[in-house]
Parts: sequence; C-alpha cells; structure tokens
Amino acid sequence: MTTTSAIFAFPADLIRRAARGTALPVATILLLALTLWYAGTVFLNAAVVTDQYQRDRKTSWTTEEFIADTMSMERPVLPAPHQVAAELEKSIFGVRLTSKRNLLYHAWVTFSAAFLGFGFGNLLGIALAIAIVHLKSLERALLPWVIASQTVPTLAIAPMIIVVLGSIGFVGLLPKALISTYLCFFPVTIGMVKGLSSPEPIQLDLLRTYSASEVQTLRYLRLPASLSFLFPSMKVAVALAIVGAIVGELPTGAQAGLGARLLAGSYYGQTVQIWSALVAASVLSGASVGLIDLGERWLDRRLGGQR
Amino acid sequence: MTTVPQPRPEDGNSLKPGCIPAVEVKDLSLVFQTADAPVHALSHVDLTIEKGEFVSFIGPSGCGKTTLLRVIADLQQATGGTIEVNGTSPQAARLDRAYGYVFQSPALFPWRTVERNITLPLEIMGLTKTEQKARAKRVLELVNLSGFARKFPWQLSGGMQQRVSIARALSFDPNLLLMDEPFGALDEIIRDHLNEQLLDLWRRTEKTLVFVTHSIPEAVFLSTKIVVMSPRPGRIIDIIESSLPRDRTLDIRETPEFAEIAHRVREGLKAGHSYDDH
Repeated sequence: MTTTSAIFAFPADLIRRAARGTALPVATILLLALTLWYAGTVFLNAAVVTDQYQRDRKTSWTTEEFIADTMSMERPVLPAPHQVAAELEKSIFGVRLTSKRNLLYHAWVTFSAAFLGFGFGNLLGIALAIAIVHLKSLERALLPWVIASQTVPTLAIAPMIIVVLGSIGFVGLLPKALISTYLCFFPVTIGMVKGLSSPEPIQLDLLRTYSASEVQTLRYLRLPASLSFLFPSMKVAVALAIVGAIVGELPTGAQAGLGARLLAGSYYGQTVQIWSALVAASVLSGASVGLIDLGERWLDRRLGGQR
Repeated sequence: MTTVPQPRPEDGNSLKPGCIPAVEVKDLSLVFQTADAPVHALSHVDLTIEKGEFVSFIGPSGCGKTTLLRVIADLQQATGGTIEVNGTSPQAARLDRAYGYVFQSPALFPWRTVERNITLPLEIMGLTKTEQKARAKRVLELVNLSGFARKFPWQLSGGMQQRVSIARALSFDPNLLLMDEPFGALDEIIRDHLNEQLLDLWRRTEKTLVFVTHSIPEAVFLSTKIVVMSPRPGRIIDIIESSLPRDRTLDIRETPEFAEIAHRVREGLKAGHSYDDH
C-alpha cells in the first residue's frame, strides 16, 4: 500500500518540485525556441526546395518528404538545429584539438583575445571611474568622450585599429584585445562611477572622523561598496569583449578565431558553419557570464551577503 | 592623545582649575546661505564642556543640536566665533583622532564582520593585527557583545548594531565621545536598557560624553549637564547643571529631583517658543 502510493506520488511530486524550481520554465523556453527554429527552417527554406523540385521536374511529393528536404540542404537559408548540432559535433570531436579545423581551437583564439581585452577594459574602466569620482572637473571633461567613444560603430573603427597597430608592428592577439577593450571599458566605467559614489554621506563622515586619507576612503569604503555595481557591469562587458574580439577577427583576412569561421563561412556560403560558429560564440559568452556570476556569488558569501 | 595641562588665566570659573576643557565654544555662529534667505543654524552659542562630564543637547528639530555636535567634530565649519576642542581647533582635534563619533544610524559596513567593523578605525590608524584583535575583544566586552565578533551586521538587531557602533567609537580609546541621537530609532524598552549601559560605560571609562537627544527623560537621566536649545535661530536657552548623583539607576526617574530637572528642561523648551508652530 505504501509502495503503491509512493509510486503514484512520485511523478506528481516531481512535477511539483519542477514547478517550484527553475527546471520547468527553462525547459519550456528551450522547447519553444527549438519549435520556432524548426518552423523557421521549413518556412525559410521552402522557396529554395520548391525551386529545386521545379528544376528536377518533380511534380508530386508528400509533406513529410518536403519537410525532410528543407532540413537536409547543404546550403540552407536557415539550417535546422540538428544540422548545426551535427556540424558542431563534427568540428569539435571530428578533428584534432590543435587542428585549424577544430571549432574549439577557434573559440580559444577568440576567447584569449576577448579575455585579455576584458582585463584591460576592467583596468581602464575602473581607473577612469576612480579619476572621475575624485576629480569633479573630470566628470565634465572626460565623460562626454567616454560616451562619444561608444557611438562610433565598432565595425567601422575595428579595421582602423588593426591597420594602425599593424603598421607599428602589433599583429595577432593584441589588436583584437584592444578592440575588446574599446567596447568593454564603457559599462565598467559607468557602473564604477555609480558604485564608487554609492557610499552614504554618513559613511563618508565616519571615515572623516578617523581622518582617513582619500586613498584609505577608496580602499576601505568606495571600492568594497562598488562591488555590487562592478559585477553587473562586468557581465555586460564580457559579452561585449567577445563581440569585440570577433569583430576584430573579420578584417584580418580570416586567419583564426570564431570571426574567421564566420567570414570563411560567408565566403563559401557555408551557412551551417556560420550558424555553428554563432552557437559557439553565444555558448562562450554565456559561459563567461556564468563564470563572473560564480565569482560574484563567491565574493558575496565572503562579504556577508544575505543569501 | 596627551596634552600638557596648562593653567589658563581666563579659566577662572571652570570646575577643575588647571585643566583644559574638553570643548570650549564662544559666541559661535553658523549661517547657511540659501537661495531665498540665510538660515541661522547656530547663533551666539557659548558653552564649556569640562573633561569627564556627560552633556546632553536637547531641543526640537532644527534647533542646531546636531549642527553644534558636527561643528565640534569638524564635520561642519562655523561661520563666526571660536571653538576649541582639547585646547586646539576642531580640525586639529579631528586629525589627532581625539574623539569618537556615534551617528544616528549605526553606519556599519555590511561587508565587514562585527569584529572587522570595530577594527576599521584601528586599521586606518595603522595598529598591528594583534593589537586590533585585542582591542576589538575588549570593547565588545564593554558593550556586552562578546561572541558576536564573527557575525555580519544584518544578523544583529538594531540595538545590537548601535552597540557595535559605540564599540567602534571606543576602540581607539578617544577621551571624547560625541553621540548624535544614537538610540533615536530604537524602541523605549531597549532604549532604557542601553541608556543604563551607556551610563555604566561612562562611569567606568571616565570619558567626556556629548549626547544629542530630543527625549527629555533620556537627557535628564544621563546627563551631568543639560543644554536646552531652541530653533530659528538655533541657540542655547538654558544650561542646567544636574543635581543628580553620578551613580544612578533607572529608578531615579521616580524621584522628585528628577521631576524637577525635567520640569526645568520643559520650561526651557517652552520659553524657546518651540511649540508655537506645532
């Protein structure tokens, strides 16, 4: 009796738990996205398949046949998810890790440039914010330039940076990293200006009663108070850094990196390759954001967060 | 902080001759320039606080009691008159770390444990780690919070947080403690309890205490001297030397002397017309 009730209770309990947690909403959104993608595949590739049928003078076909054909083209307008998955599997596990045909190799090339640029961007962003917070005149002198820098389209400025740096002997990783820096220092600056100014007057007064120096105020109050602003900025920045590195790979003539894969794919109309590079780029961004999130939680626990 | 005691001729009427007063204020004024009209936050304030006294500033909002405390602490600057803290300018006293300041809210840093909040001024002053730990332990005992050293501020009640902030002000052993309505946000039961503890602490440490409040019973219960203030312009109406003994318990509030002093404070507040526009 208890056994049967336990058996019957089990799925209901599982569903209840799933509904309480995040599993159910996550699964629902994933399912929805895949459904839309598959629908898009059929819809967008339909014209090409019909064209092909006409050229082959094929007059009758079943719906199943038609749908299957939209999902098995060599150069589809939109490849089906399973085609992208197969391409990913082939280009990650099908070739040696060190091979130029391995997608992980390209992801690593992009990641290393983005990571270096992200590091520079954080340093630059924090340094600018510290300067702006401490010298009120800089807020007017510097901030407009910081904002203006972000209104320039990256795609336009990236080749300039590559060309200028190339002419003075910098090629490869560094120019790409600098494009990442250019993009990702901005959210860090804005977030840190806000964060470094976040201490309440009473906390600043307190340090004044200890006759603490500006450097001590920065170290003991402003910097720790700014951490909760730094991490959200860093999450935006790391995604931008990856975009910057990919854009930086485009004008170099597609040597290596996810940007190179995108460019090569578009040269030869390899849409499946383009999409698998896009998926790799978004997984890379997602993983980077996740890593920062982990860092944030760890620090939050160490600093007495209420979680 | 050691100052060489120097007898000063003009100090004839001070209680302990030959001793520099903890705070000496003469004809002090502070005027804010605002868009429409200047605001007289403090007007012609004269006050002497001797070492070892427990002085309360009492008055309605806007009477300048917090402003006066902030001027003593060099968090705000007077626009007229003179003020000396420990015989020097407030700025020199602040740079000397001559006083501990307790704010209306505990102002604890949420990312630091109770112990590390208390060692904050000690870190800034460059004490060794062992000395920091020893002092934190001692002041936590003083405010009866031993065993809470590793807790974070949010894990403590409001009253406990304020006690931590008092411990923090005591940690570097200043001779002067400035307290700006430290128990204003707490309920009366906890407030009574903390008042008793504070009084006990003051007797044991022999520090000079300057205490801002808007509660008549609190001021009378705690103080050896009560400074009654009034707004618009912020000024002193009456200075009452308390006749109550230094050793007192909460029961003293039932005595006729207590009622008499409280009555005089109330009269002073009334004389300042502070109830007119309420």
